[in-house]
Amino acid sequence: MLEIKNLYARIGETEIIRGLDLKIEDGEVAAVMGPNGSGKSTLSYILAGSKNYKITKGDILYNGQSILGINAAERAVLGIFLAFQYPMEIPGVAMMEFLKVGMNAQRKARKEPALNVSEFLKHVKAMAARLEMDMSMLKRPLNVGFSGGEKKRAEILQMVLLNPKFCVLDETDSGLDVDALKTVAEGVNALRASDRSFLVITHYQRLLDYIVPDTVHVLYKGRIIKSGDKSLASYLEQNGYTDIIGEPI
Amino acid sequence: MTVSEKVALTQAETEIINNFIALKGKLPQRGLLLETARKAAMDAFYKHGLPSRRMENWHYTDMRTQLICIAPYSSKSGGALAAPLLSRSIVLGLINGQAVIPSHKAGKKMPATPFGALLANGEAELPQDFANDNVIAQLNTALVSDGWKLDFPENTSSDKIIELQNVQNGAQSHVRFPVIIGSNANVMIIERQIGNDEESFISSVSNLDISEGAQVSWIIIRTRGMTSTELNQFNARLGKNVALKLYIINAGSRFLRQEINVNLDGMGADFQLRGINLLSGKTHTDTTMVVRHLAKDTTSTEIIRNVAIDEARGVFQGMIRVAKEAQKTDASMICNSLILSDSAEFDTKPELEIFADDVACGHGATVAEIDRDQLFYLMARGIPEAQARAMLVKAFVGELIEGFDRKEMGEVLHILLDQWLQVHI
Repeated sequence: MLEIKNLYARIGETEIIRGLDLKIEDGEVAAVMGPNGSGKSTLSYILAGSKNYKITKGDILYNGQSILGINAAERAVLGIFLAFQYPMEIPGVAMMEFLKVGMNAQRKARKEPALNVSEFLKHVKAMAARLEMDMSMLKRPLNVGFSGGEKKRAEILQMVLLNPKFCVLDETDSGLDVDALKTVAEGVNALRASDRSFLVITHYQRLLDYIVPDTVHVLYKGRIIKSGDKSLASYLEQNGYTDIIGEPI
Repeated sequence: MTVSEKVALTQAETEIINNFIALKGKLPQRGLLLETARKAAMDAFYKHGLPSRRMENWHYTDMRTQLICIAPYSSKSGGALAAPLLSRSIVLGLINGQAVIPSHKAGKKMPATPFGALLANGEAELPQDFANDNVIAQLNTALVSDGWKLDFPENTSSDKIIELQNVQNGAQSHVRFPVIIGSNANVMIIERQIGNDEESFISSVSNLDISEGAQVSWIIIRTRGMTSTELNQFNARLGKNVALKLYIINAGSRFLRQEINVNLDGMGADFQLRGINLLSGKTHTDTTMVVRHLAKDTTSTEIIRNVAIDEARGVFQGMIRVAKEAQKTDASMICNSLILSDSAEFDTKPELEIFADDVACGHGATVAEIDRDQLFYLMARGIPEAQARAMLVKAFVGELIEGFDRKEMGEVLHILLDQWLQVHI
């Protein structure tokens, strides 16, 4: 599904990703953990196609094709989705309108017919109910005045509706209480499929109790320094990062 | 008066004066009063010329250098009226400066008279005094040939919308809209300034006198071609408890000066201005507003949103004056600009002049670019860059055209906005 090869990236003069290698197979759920400032969010933005970062070396292959030359919208059409750690508030754009425009833009790019409005509404309502979201939220401007938890649910709603193939969840657990975390995790787990992969970025093992990963990778100073199965997450939870990193943080 | 006496005249000034001389005896008018008004107007213009940046009011809009030459008068009367924006409205049209008499019944029932006929009968009124920087009144008075006079009786209800349509396809014209609105009337008027891509020169002056308790919405929509020059003045006097909402959407013209003069004359009067400037190409668009709070408990809110791309330049000068008598005035003015190219520019000059001591007045201005993070967020959902930018621009200006009593009006303006965004963003 996705292969990152010896990737180097910087923002301004600061090199953040330094020789990162990571391979995620079809159907795999990979967790990336790491202390603050290790480059986790940068990795998510780079995968989604942010122009704030400059790739200086290496490549990102998605289903065997490099995606470095294509922009965020084109990546989304290919099936790459990022659930933002901090979803943007955009006053003046209604949530529902945004969902419709996003879905139709992707359908258009894939040469599929535009959505039937009543079917779309029905679908959105059903998915929102599953995520225990209040429909009144969808009538409000995009993410404006949403609580932290509401924003995260709205991200997962977008993911469910856009039906992507490769999902990056950037600290989706932050700002969620345990009940909300369970609801969101159920939404994610329902999407797990043999042709869909996940990259779950998190600080804590807590999220991984609900979204159980196939692989766990430790990111530190811009590269993966250790990989393992889900037991690695438990180990980190108990022992911290110090002995894996080999130096005090 | 001959041109050769004054060597410093610019080409445009010379052409305007020559036009006036050539039109002698041809413009509709009857009686000494109109003749002296026109002559006084042209004398004032001859004396002061086109305003330059040395005049404070024209500091950001140097007409003397901006206006190179003037589109000449033309005898051809090409063009037709456009379909009205809203289906149930009555179109009172002007094509190249000449009123088009509506043939349908509804039009006949309207209290509307072509201004040219009033000039010809000597029943029209024109100003006699001219401030040195009031070039719009000077030119319009000297050269006005037609327009529509509207007279809404007391308690007129809003079942019919009036669409004043000023179609100018090239050439030159000067029109005038005196409007009297009786007490407790409720009216909605659309002023459309439209025309083709030929170079044109227009002055258009609207004078509203609104009596106690009336509620008025006036919507100026400008989509004329990108080679037109327009001088537009909107003057209104508001009586007691009058509510006037003025919407201005500019999406055309090479050069525009839109002046707004509103006097809140009666207690409890309220003025709302919502202005959207969609500026593109190599154009210059100036909105200059003076709102005078002259009575107690008067309120006003002015919100201007500007989008500028290419080499477009925009200006907003807003002045709120609060007279000594106008205690408890509540006024606020805000101007937000979104600049989408390195060569685009917007200048804002908000001013308050307050002589009363118990008032709440505020003003603000912001200038911003498209938020890159917001753009990325939209694109990350598969929305192509141009469409995502257009969505953000629309989000920026769109809220100003919400909340019309008549839903169709908002829809029409949204379509207009979408069309502009599709072409320019």
